Amino acid sequence: MMCPFKEIDMKRRFFAQWLSATTFGALFFAAMPVLAADEAPDALMDRLTKEALDTIASDKGVQAGDVGRIITLMDEKIMPYVNFQRMTSSAVGPAWRQATPAQRKLLESEFKTLLVRTYAGSMSQAKNLSFNIKPLRAAVGDKEVIVRTVITGRGDPVQLDYRLEKTPGVGAGWKIYNLNVLGVWLVDTYRSQFAQEINARGLDGLIATLTERNKANAAAAAKPAKG
Amino acid sequence: MKDVMTTVVKSALLRAGLMGLALLMTGCASGPAANRHDPLEPFNRGVFQFNDGLDRAVIKPVATAYRDVLPSPIRTGVGNFFNNLQDAWSFVNNALQLKAEYAGNSLVRFGVNSVFDLAGVLDIATEMQIERHTKDFGHTLGYWGISPGPYLVLPLLGPSTLRDTAGLVVDQQGNLLSGVAHIPTRNSATALKLVDRRAQLLQASAMLDQVALDPYTFTRDAFLQRRQSSIYDGNPPDEADEVPVITDNPAP
Repeated sequence: MMCPFKEIDMKRRFFAQWLSATTFGALFFAAMPVLAADEAPDALMDRLTKEALDTIASDKGVQAGDVGRIITLMDEKIMPYVNFQRMTSSAVGPAWRQATPAQRKLLESEFKTLLVRTYAGSMSQAKNLSFNIKPLRAAVGDKEVIVRTVITGRGDPVQLDYRLEKTPGVGAGWKIYNLNVLGVWLVDTYRSQFAQEINARGLDGLIATLTERNKANAAAAAKPAKG
Repeated sequence: MKDVMTTVVKSALLRAGLMGLALLMTGCASGPAANRHDPLEPFNRGVFQFNDGLDRAVIKPVATAYRDVLPSPIRTGVGNFFNNLQDAWSFVNNALQLKAEYAGNSLVRFGVNSVFDLAGVLDIATEMQIERHTKDFGHTLGYWGISPGPYLVLPLLGPSTLRDTAGLVVDQQGNLLSGVAHIPTRNSATALKLVDRRAQLLQASAMLDQVALDPYTFTRDAFLQRRQSSIYDGNPPDEADEVPVITDNPAP
């Protein structure tokens, strides 16, 4: 006579094994998206700021104000986390809809050069900086958030805030699309100027103005290095 | 006391005259590029140009010389001295805005810096990590709900708004420098303050020349945003993203 308990016992053992395997499997698959899932926006900004400050503190080229070096570093470390197309289109405004792909590309690259060069200039003056990130105020499903940071060095602390958007799709991460320095949103500040230029000389006029300005800035930056 | 009254009346008259002038000299700016915060744009641009000319001809060269001649610790000391005077006035305005912590900070800063160091020159309070919260009377008016009104560029003083210009008249009374009875001393101190502030801005203004497509518009838009933000201590309530997302595909 078979012991009924044994059967139950075997069933139970099988069940336990299945359960643990399934649990493991479920955990494993659950873990995959966790690994690939998005770094929270405030964690992302914490990491990027830390990296940037470390670089400023350690990189000889950055300290010497080597704009080329700073631009390379920004392209490498920061730009993957910036939706620069959104920044440009917002600054250009409704005229963006009429722009051809070629015009859009030019606008984006010239605007980027203008901004990066400016920030490169200020970065070389930064020394002994520390920062903290204010607690994130956002609901779980938010697709756009503001991350607020404060940079402290010599003198008054500098408020530096970022608007980030969730890129659609799991694991696509967050991207910066606007930047606030001391209470001033960057994209908003360029909107009127771009609109003025577009009203007066059209999209190509705006592109020409940006290109000229970048050339002048590059020439001015090259001068002290020579002399 | 009489001296104070004369100054009040004088500066009030000056402001009133300025406003009258502004209204006389301009119609309202109109057209597609008109900015709703800047109805006096043609007048403002005139003053902006005047200020810029004066700056290039006199103030900037003086500030540059000041920066190049005086060693940095001395310049820091001068800046700290004026900051300390400003902290006293910030205390009053933070108190008027019922911001107890900021008012406390300002008062302690002023106290510590005035008592334990050379009239604020060393700025011990910052070493002690007591935060600075600069507030003027325009902030106070804004805090109590008075809207900024039209953007206004003032001769010599630069970007302002109608509200903040009114605030300046009160600020003038709270300015400890205007309590100095000896007029040559007061004037020299005011001039030194101006030069020192300008010298601190040399790098920023060089940057402005680089980044701005139109320095007038850039200054205006940045100033108005910054002012609004600082009235709300970095958290303006209506900070909805005004910039629309443009997502259309490229035109064919």
